Amino acid sequence: MKLPFSNLRVRIETRADNPGWIGLLSSILGVVLALFFGGLLLKVAGAGNPIATYREIFKEAFGMPADWLAGIKALTTGTSCPKGMLCFGPLSDTLVKTAPIMLTTLACIVAFRMKLWNIGADGQMFMGAWAATAVAIFLLPKDTNRVVMLSSMAIAGILAGGIYGFIPGFLKARLNINEIITTLMLNYVAYKWLEFFVVVGPWSLGDFESTGNFSKSATWPRLTEYVKSNPVFAGLTVHPGIFLGIGAAILLAWLLFRSRWGFQIRVIGDNPKAARYAGINLAKNIILVMVMSGALAGLAGMNEVAALRTLTGRFQRGYGFTGVIVAWLSRLNPFAAILVSFLFGGLVVGTKLIQPQGISSMLQGVIMFVVIGTELLFRYRVRFEKPEVILPVTGGVNEL
Amino acid sequence: MNSEALTTLALTILFGALVSGTPLLFATIGEIFSERSGVMNLGIEGMMLVGAMGGFATWYNTNSLFLGLIVGMLLGALLALLHAFITITLRADQVVSGLAVTFLGTGVSSILGQPYVGQRVPKPIKLPIPALEYIPAEQVIMVLIGVVFAILAWYYLHKTRPGLNLRSVGEYPSAADSLGINVIRTRFIYVLFGGMMSGLGGAAMSLITDPGWSDGKTSGLGWIAVGLVIFAIWDPLRGLWVSYLFGLLRRLPLDLQNPALPFISTANNPSIGRFMDMLPYLATILILILGSREAMRKRLGAPSALGVPYIRGERGL
Repeated sequence: MKLPFSNLRVRIETRADNPGWIGLLSSILGVVLALFFGGLLLKVAGAGNPIATYREIFKEAFGMPADWLAGIKALTTGTSCPKGMLCFGPLSDTLVKTAPIMLTTLACIVAFRMKLWNIGADGQMFMGAWAATAVAIFLLPKDTNRVVMLSSMAIAGILAGGIYGFIPGFLKARLNINEIITTLMLNYVAYKWLEFFVVVGPWSLGDFESTGNFSKSATWPRLTEYVKSNPVFAGLTVHPGIFLGIGAAILLAWLLFRSRWGFQIRVIGDNPKAARYAGINLAKNIILVMVMSGALAGLAGMNEVAALRTLTGRFQRGYGFTGVIVAWLSRLNPFAAILVSFLFGGLVVGTKLIQPQGISSMLQGVIMFVVIGTELLFRYRVRFEKPEVILPVTGGVNEL
Repeated sequence: MNSEALTTLALTILFGALVSGTPLLFATIGEIFSERSGVMNLGIEGMMLVGAMGGFATWYNTNSLFLGLIVGMLLGALLALLHAFITITLRADQVVSGLAVTFLGTGVSSILGQPYVGQRVPKPIKLPIPALEYIPAEQVIMVLIGVVFAILAWYYLHKTRPGLNLRSVGEYPSAADSLGINVIRTRFIYVLFGGMMSGLGGAAMSLITDPGWSDGKTSGLGWIAVGLVIFAIWDPLRGLWVSYLFGLLRRLPLDLQNPALPFISTANNPSIGRFMDMLPYLATILILILGSREAMRKRLGAPSALGVPYIRGERGL
């Protein structure tokens, strides 16, 4: 294509290289465009002024700079949060929701790196929550040491999630059954499983559809418990679960990028044929990766019940699906996942009180779409070039 | 309980299976056509939800069932167009795009459907036969359309020229291209068709089989359809009876609560119902396991080019 008024030609060609900034740029552009399209949809749905809605979401999710300043001032002077200010409340809520998102995201990342589409992190998380609850309420005495109790719950969650991930992994490795379908179906089975125990079954406290509160040793210590040392901590529910996520992210990054095994699973993801010729055991790795993925999601379930301090029939669905999107947005990079999970934690907290209810999942869908779209557009490059001097063709290879 | 009443009960359950299986049938056959052309569409769940919501909203505002079904189809096709553009034109990963379609459809239907949750629902039209007055006429018509549609789909796929072209595009696109078949256009057409059928399935659900709109109405039916396609070995007629089987499984927890049933009634034991609810999902997995054995034995499988974007002039399929 020739540009008018110049002798420059425009050529659109496929990029041979794949520089890192493309990923970053398309993620950022994706979020911006998604907010734009999401705003349009909100307008269509008659949910009021989109900008006001977004402002509200931001305020609920992170608080405003004035809130943070007031919080810092209160923290340093040892006074409580001034009236009318949110201080660190929203940030604390967001961090609480970040932890499970981060863990399900890591679950998706490890599987997606191998192009294993584990869409069942939700179900694996439910099973993890179920097993952790079993330990907290029925297996260990109420007065067990907090560290012992929480670690046992974590191990139970990891085991349950891992076993639940093993099933689709085994079916994929041995019978080549599509893991997308099996993991999804197992999600619904896990929902019903939990409902059976908590709503109508043996764990239910009658009409409450709940197991009742856990003993204190089975719950995460919250910042608000230390209100005596600093009054600004009042009402802050933030707990150490977030470090579980960050620790898992670092471990996973090391495994993926520094270990031999991580290299193997990335080779399988990029080119299974080459991996097989290189003597990498596909079946074993498929099962192993699915178990790891399920274990991370199961840990997310344990984290969530220890934060909620009870298991109810309304245990939140959808973290596993949010994990899929966050994994994709963070380019399957565990470190990026930490940041993106935090933003999505904000999205979940910020949209909780806002009507209509579906805003969060709609925005997530739009973000994912726009990111795929922009990434692909960036795959092509536009080159401006001066017309080449075309030499007359005289024999040789040019005649072919 | 006398035998006549028992017969009526059995017939009700069987007819109920046909009714609740038919939306699944539409979606399954749509997906069969889409996958036969080489494009996997994991967005069915989202398309069904948008179709169900849009169809119900249209009926609510116009009182026309027919218009509701049409709008459901169009909305399904609209989402399918997005999927087709992303996967066929931009050649993106079909799995990721399909998932994004489902997220988008779930969110959009949830937001736009908000005002229609728990609203009045279409009144069933009575059959003009005195003994069968309790059966809604539109359900009978829908089931009949479903059967005819499955047979026509089978005939089209296996016995007609365009059907042959469709299959060749999914099996060996470069060969089809060299014979003058437009691969890109063919794929676009059948992905759109698949979306239309999913939208129709959704609308049929919210208007005819289980009238009304609620958030997440289809509860995984779209995903079950994706699984059924594999078990049906991409054959519409096999898709027909598997859909009915799943229709039965979906209804079973409700039917078994009927205290009139001898021996197997769950009326006195409601907690069993939660396990019964798992049946369709567990059965999908079971059916995939059985299907994988059969597919290996018969050496039948997915269309060879399924999931592979077509780039003209490039080596490969």
